[in-house]
Order: sequence, then C-alpha cells, then structure tokens
Amino acid sequence: MSLHAYLESGVRNRGNHCAVVEATEGGRLDYSALGRLSDRLRDRLAVLNVGRGDRVGFYLRKSAESVISIFGILKSGAAYVPVDPTAPASRNAYIHNNCGVKAVIIEERFLGNYRQELETLGGALPPMIVLDSVGGGSHMQSALDRLDSQSPAPASTTVDSAPDDLAYILYTSGSTGKPKGVMLSHRNAVSFVDWCSGVFEPKPDDIFSSHAPFHFDLSILDIYVPLKHGATLVLIGESVSKEPLALSKIISQHHITVWYSAPSILSLIAQFGKIAEHDFSALRTVLFAGEVFPIVHLRSFKNQVPKPRYFNLYGPTETNVCTYHEIPQVIPDDRADPFPIGKVCENLEAVVVDTDGSVVARGAEGELCIAGPNVMQGYWAMPEQTAKGFLATTDGKRWYKTGDIVVEETDGVYRYVGRRDRMVKKRGYRVELGEIEASLYRHAAIREAAVVALPDESAGVKIKAHLSLRDAKRPSLIELKTFCSKHLPLYMIPDVFTFHETLPKTSTDKIDYQSLQRLG
Amino acid sequence: MQNPSDIEQKVKAYILNEFLPGEDPAQLTNTTPLITAGVLDSIATLKLVGFLEQEFSISVEAHEADSEHLDTIERIVQLVASKKGN
Repeated sequence: MSLHAYLESGVRNRGNHCAVVEATEGGRLDYSALGRLSDRLRDRLAVLNVGRGDRVGFYLRKSAESVISIFGILKSGAAYVPVDPTAPASRNAYIHNNCGVKAVIIEERFLGNYRQELETLGGALPPMIVLDSVGGGSHMQSALDRLDSQSPAPASTTVDSAPDDLAYILYTSGSTGKPKGVMLSHRNAVSFVDWCSGVFEPKPDDIFSSHAPFHFDLSILDIYVPLKHGATLVLIGESVSKEPLALSKIISQHHITVWYSAPSILSLIAQFGKIAEHDFSALRTVLFAGEVFPIVHLRSFKNQVPKPRYFNLYGPTETNVCTYHEIPQVIPDDRADPFPIGKVCENLEAVVVDTDGSVVARGAEGELCIAGPNVMQGYWAMPEQTAKGFLATTDGKRWYKTGDIVVEETDGVYRYVGRRDRMVKKRGYRVELGEIEASLYRHAAIREAAVVALPDESAGVKIKAHLSLRDAKRPSLIELKTFCSKHLPLYMIPDVFTFHETLPKTSTDKIDYQSLQRLG
Repeated sequence: MQNPSDIEQKVKAYILNEFLPGEDPAQLTNTTPLITAGVLDSIATLKLVGFLEQEFSISVEAHEADSEHLDTIERIVQLVASKKGN
C-alpha cells in the first residue's frame, strides 16, 4: 500500500465528492479533479526524469496547489520535501540543496530570493515548475498548460511505490545550527494512518481540519486520514492559522467534524475565539499534539465545547504519534497537572531506558524508546546522527530514542517528565535552542549567546537570549529581532533579550545554563 | 475625534512598554517593520489588537489582524484613524 493509492481509490469510489477545500480562499477540488491534476504533474515530472528514489521540493503557500504537488510527486515515485513558505529563503534553499532535489515546484513570489540563495550554495540549479500564484488548483493547471504548449508531456504511469520507498522528508530544527531531514517511508506513514483509522473511526462524511503546515508532521494525519476514507479536508492557510476568531469562523462555517492542531492554537481559540458566538456543534473529535496542553486552557476549551471526544497525541516527527490518551469526559476542578501522554499505540512497542540503555523498572524515570513500523529510516545524509538516534541493541529491533524522559505508571500509561537535551516545543514546533544560538553568533556585535526556555502562561514557553557583546555599543532589540528573522523562522526568534558583561560559567568554564535558567 | 499624532504616540508607547522593554525609543520609527521582522509574534499581535480595541473603542476584524494592516506604526495609525472616521 502506498499513500497515493488512497487518492486513487477515492477517485474510483468518490469521484464527485469534495476532497479539498481552501477555508478562506474558497477554492475546492473533488477527488476526480485532484486525481487528474496530480496525474498531469506526474507526467511533467517524468519529463524532468523524476522517478523512484528521487526527491522533489515544493515551496508554496498552503493551497489546493500544494496538495496537487504532494500527490503528483508521490505518483512519480519520488519523495516530497515541503518547506515553510514563511521561513527565510536561505533556510529553504539550504533544505532543498541538502537533500539534492531533482525538481522544485515554486510560487513566483518566492523565486528571486530562493534562486539567489541556491546559487550562493553552489551546484546546478534544479529545474523549477513556477506557478504565478496559488488558489483552487487553477494556477497549477495554467502552469502545466503553459509547459505543455512549449513541449507536451506524454502520459506516464503512476509508480507503484514499495513500502520502504521514501514518501517525504520533513526538516526539523537541528542542534548544530542547521535543520535536519527526517526520512519517512510509505510504510511509516501507512502504518500510522491505519492506526488512526482504527482509533478515530473516520467516516466518508467527515470534514477534517488541516491546520498544521505541510512541513510539520501533524499534516500527515490531516491529509491522508480523510483521503483514505473518502472524506474532506479543509485547508487553513498561513494567513489565518494563528487568528482565533478566524479559526472559530472556519470551524463553524465548514462544519468541521475532526480538529487537529497544537494545543497552543486551541488555547488561543478558548481565550480569544468567542466560541459562544460560533457553531461548533459538528465537532465530534478534537486531537492535539506537539506540546504539553496547560490544564487551565484545556479545561476552558472543553467546558465551552463539551460534546467531542478529546485525545492527547504524542510523538516526535521520527515516529509520528506513538502514544495517545483520551481525556476524560469531566476534568476535575482540582486537577492542576497536565494529562499523561498515555499508552503506546497498538502498532508500536515502547521501552523506557536509563542513560546506559538498560531498561528501568516500571515507575522509574527514563528515556522513552519506540520500535515498530512508524519509525523513520534515518536523517538525510547524517549516518552518525542516525546511529546516535537509536538504541544499540541486539534484539533485531530498531528502538528510536525520543529524547523525552517519561515514567510508566502502573496501568501502562506514560507520563511526560521533560527533555533529555536542549530541545523545546513552541506552538508545537521543535526548537533546538542551539540553532538559535548559532544564528545569534552570526551577528557581528555578539560575543557570547546562550538561549534558555522559560515557562509562559499564554504562550507555553518563552525563549530568552542571554548575550554578552564585543564592545559597549548595544544593538537595539528591533535590530536583533530583525537580524534573527533573516535566519530563523518567526517562531524561533527570542521573545526576550538580556545583556551581560560576560555570561556565567561553570567550574569547567562552560556556559552555566542552570544559573541562567534560575535568573528567569 | 482623535488626532493621528495622539494615536501614534499612544501606540508607540504601548509597543515599547509591552514588547520592547528597555529599547531606545528612537529605534522605533513609524516605518519599522513589526510583524514581518519578528518584533511582534502572533500572541503579541493579538495583545496589540486588544489594546487598540479598548484604547480607541474600535473593533478590529479578524482579517485585519495581519501584517498588511499592522506591520508598522504608520499602518496601525491608518487603521485606527479609518475606524474613528478621521
């Protein structure tokens, strides 16, 4: 089974049913149209010699065109590599250059800076399919028409991908200062999607939200679960994805039945979304993942929207969801602790190990490790990092080390305790504090940089940069933030900067993060 | 009626106090990019909208809470002034 086989079955059985809707722009594609346009893109990619084992990038705002791109690329046998259209062009060019994409589908508005950044990195530029804009699929159609009028693309056939063929590469924040590519196969994704089918029981008349951007692993559930079941997905674009009022309106107007997002988005809706003025009655399932959901906001949302079932899903990009926990109908008023991450998904196995890799007794803290068909193949072109990501065992299983410290409670339910390293989650995104530091060190005035994450009532975490400078002249906060925005996605820009004569050090002369953390 | 320079001063003071504590006020001009340069994140933008609604007794629509309308003090003043009928 491959991911694009879901669409092919939808085309056969649900041809006229709506597959994709753009929430605010109004564009829509039924299964037949999505099938037809992705076939045409596949044919064009075949002209560019794209085939099994290749990677194809896309650099598009979230739209019908990006869904067509995903399926066109999969049908060609290649893996898709999405990038964040709101991130700096330098980061996106790095990603596509890093995994050697064979072709790129890009919007004209991004082309100039992206091409310039690719040229700086060296090597031949990949062929590009340029769309004048996005919306409703018509811009993909006109781009393909234009290319066909220059040289027609002969009909090719959809590649019958093998389970271990790569389906997509998702880049996440890397501790060394550069993003790293998590390689996931059709087997990885299909196993996860099948598990979702069993637990959430999707129906053909369901309407799924697609809130997460496509470079984020939450998008895998959003795209493939509804399409597998002949249902509809509602694309929520970057421009409204953090606007609680607009999101309430979308849930109500599109009669969303299954919602999935990071908890911080649900917190925003609970606080600022004026839920009482909107109709959430179609909602039957609310899923959240990516970070801890502060109980006060979860309770507030659930009190305002009591009908649906609520699930806390947990898992890094490397495994997708690996544990889950259903939130009880009533959250006791005196509960202050977040809910556990839950029990391991039925298609996976889990162990908890100590720093030597030995399994700990139930009830003791240790690192959660996961084995099974969801587990990634590795990091793109990083054999050492990949090897470090897995437990060295002789049982023949590949145990991925999540880096998350958990405790297994008596009933097989896991409770999240914290991180082993310096990664934090902000609005569901993985943020390696080291990557922010690496960017700050590029600023000419900065001598030392140490970044810490602090708890924050409204945002979950607040990122604080401690800096010491080369000379007395202090750069302005506006200049520092603007500088960061050229190298980092907006969610990684520090919220607060503080300046020190010199940063505190430990006895071994390393930056003393613990004392910086205590400074608050 | 509120005059645009009053609006400007109030907005500027709010942004400096709330989001840029310790910043030299001269660094924040009427054309400094705020949202697109990462000075205001999404939650800061919501707080700013809350402030504008309360301070100037206006209502900001969901589609207006974006960089197109709020990216600089100049644009914020225009938005507020248009709603106050200035």
